[in-house]
Amino acid sequence: MSFPWARQYDPKNPFMRWMDEKLPLPRLVYNAVGAGYPVPRNLNYFWNFGVLAGLALVIQIVTGIVLAMHYAASGDIAFNSVEHIMRDVNSGWLFRYLHANGASLFFVAIYIHMFRGLYYGSYKPPREMVWLLGLVIYLLMMATAFMGYVLPWGQMSFWGAQVITGFFSAIPLVGEEIRVWLLGGYAPDGATLNRFFSLHYLLPFVIAGVVILHIWALHIPGSGNPAGIDVKGEQDTVPFHPYYTAKDGFGVGIFLILLAIMTFFLPNYLGHADNYIPANPLSTPAHIVPEWYFWPFYAILRAFTVDLILPAKLWGVLAMFASILLLFFLPWLDRSPVRSGNYRPQFRIWFWVLVLDVLILGWMGGLPPEEPYVMISQVATIYYFAHFLIILPIVSRIERPLPLPNSITEAILRPGKGEQQAPPGMGSEHQPGDPEPRPAGQEA
Amino acid sequence: MATAEHIENPPAELGEGGVRRRDFLNIAAVSVAAVGGVATLFPLITQMSPSADVLALASIEVDLAGIEPGQAIKTTWRKQPIFVRNLTPQEIAAANATPLADLRDPQTLAERTQEGHGNWLITLAVCTHLGCVPLGAAEGENRGEFGGYFCPCHGSHYDTAGRIRKGPAPLNLEVPEYAFTSDTIVKIG
Repeated sequence: MSFPWARQYDPKNPFMRWMDEKLPLPRLVYNAVGAGYPVPRNLNYFWNFGVLAGLALVIQIVTGIVLAMHYAASGDIAFNSVEHIMRDVNSGWLFRYLHANGASLFFVAIYIHMFRGLYYGSYKPPREMVWLLGLVIYLLMMATAFMGYVLPWGQMSFWGAQVITGFFSAIPLVGEEIRVWLLGGYAPDGATLNRFFSLHYLLPFVIAGVVILHIWALHIPGSGNPAGIDVKGEQDTVPFHPYYTAKDGFGVGIFLILLAIMTFFLPNYLGHADNYIPANPLSTPAHIVPEWYFWPFYAILRAFTVDLILPAKLWGVLAMFASILLLFFLPWLDRSPVRSGNYRPQFRIWFWVLVLDVLILGWMGGLPPEEPYVMISQVATIYYFAHFLIILPIVSRIERPLPLPNSITEAILRPGKGEQQAPPGMGSEHQPGDPEPRPAGQEA
Repeated sequence: MATAEHIENPPAELGEGGVRRRDFLNIAAVSVAAVGGVATLFPLITQMSPSADVLALASIEVDLAGIEPGQAIKTTWRKQPIFVRNLTPQEIAAANATPLADLRDPQTLAERTQEGHGNWLITLAVCTHLGCVPLGAAEGENRGEFGGYFCPCHGSHYDTAGRIRKGPAPLNLEVPEYAFTSDTIVKIG
C-alpha cells in the first residue's frame, strides 16, 4: 500500500519499459526505497538506524563470504586458519577486522533502532507486526553472532559455546540430552564447530528474508514519525528519494567513519585477549564474558543465585529468555494511544530510567560475578521486568499526555503549539475540516 | 481438478455416510505424505547427535600410581575433563563431618566414591552450572571456601567431596561410571 499521492513509476527508457512488463523489479525498488514511497517529512536522525542496520547486514554478508573462502571449520585447524587469514591472505586482516567490528556496529545500530522504537512508540498500532518481526531479526542476530564468535576456536569461543549451550541443560528432564544433541558430543568439539559454521552462514540470509518482511510490514501503514501522529495529507510527506536517501546517506558516512576507526585503530578493543589462545577443553579462562552486546542478558542470567522452588540456574536461564520474549508483548502492555514519548511526560522519565537500567545491566554483565556487582544486577533485573510488566501498563492508564499537534506539518512549523488553527503556508493546503485533534492510533 | 468437481456426481458415487471415493483418496494421500514427512525428520534430527567416533571414545584407563595424597590430576573422557583426586585423611574427615542438611544436593562422600577406594574422588571437571572447568586440581589454584573446587565463571564453590556448597550451580560434580581394574588402574566409562 502507499498513500494515494505517491509518485507512480513511469519508465521512459524502452528497455526499462520492457523490463517493467516482464519483471517489475525496478518498480518494486522505486516504490520501496525510491521516489514512490512517501515518508513523513519530520523524521529526525534516529530514523537513520534502520538503513544503517541494513547496511551493516550487507557488510557482514560480504565480508563473511570472503572469510569463508579462507576459513576451515575443523577443530584441529580452525584457529590456525584464522591466523592464516590474519597473516597470509591478501587483505585477510582487513576483512576479519571489518567482520568482527562490523558485528559490533550492527548491534549498536540495532540497539539505537530498538530504543528509537521504544521512545517513539513504533511498536504501537498499526505497526505491531513491524516490531514483532524486528524482534525475530534481533533473536536471529543474537544466534548468528554467538555462533560466529565460536568459529575462531579460541578460548573465549570454546568456553562461550560451553556456557551458552549449557543454558539448555537447565531445562528439566531433557535438558542434558538437548545440550548433547546441539553440540553433537558431550563437550564442544569439531562437530559443534562444523554445525555452527553451517548455521552461521545460513542465518544471515534468513535475517535478510525477515528484513524484507519487516520492510513490507512497515510499508503497509508507512513510516512512523517523531510526532507520533498519522499522516493527514500530501503536505505531511516527502518522497523517500531524494529526501531520505540523502539524509540516510549522511548517516551512512558517519557509520562508515566509525567502522574505519574501529577497524584500523581499535580492531581488538571490543574483543578479548583470551580468544587469541587456542581452545583448550581442560582450562577455563579466569573470567568468561560474552561479547559486549550480550552483557545485559548475561547480567540477568547471573542475577539469580538462590534456589526458589526451581534451581537458581533454571531461574537465570528463564529470566534471560523472558527478558527478550517480554518485548513481544510490548504492544499490548503499553496501551496508551499516544505513540511519541515527546507527548508523554511520565513515560518519558521511565523510558530514560530503562535506558540507564539496561546500561547498568550491560556494565554489570561485563564484570566478574562478585559483590556488589551481583546485587546491583539483581536490582537492575527487577527494574527491567517491573518496567514492562508494572510501570508501563500503569503509566499508560494514569498519564495525561500533552496536547498533540494537529498535523505533522503543524508540528514542524509551529513546534510546541498544539490545538491551534491551521498554520499558514503548507498547512493552509489542508482539506477543509481537516485536522480534528485526536490521539494517534485511534484511527488505525 | 476444479472442473471435475463441477461434474455432476451421480448419487451412486456416495458411499456410506456420504463419504466419496475422492475423500478417501485425499485423506490417504495426505496421510502418506505426512508420515513420509515425519519419517524424514527423524534422520534430519538424529544426524546432530553424537556420531559413532565420538561415542567410541567412551572409556579410558587411568593409572593412579603417581598421584600422592592431596594431589589431583585432570584427564579427559568423552572430550570432557575429569578430575581424579587422592583425598588426604583431613579432607575425608572434613567431607564426612558436613551434615547432609547443609547440602544443596545431599550425598555422602561414601556414595561418591567406591568401597575400598574411599580416598579416590573421581568426578567430571565440569561445573554443573554452565559447564566451566573448576579450579582446584593443580597446585596453587583457588580451591574455594570449602577446600575442594572453585568455578571461576560464576563463582560456584565445591567441597572436598566435589559437592556444591555455594554459588549458582544446582548439583554436585558428576561422578562418572568407573571401576578399578587393579589397585592402581581405574577404567572410566
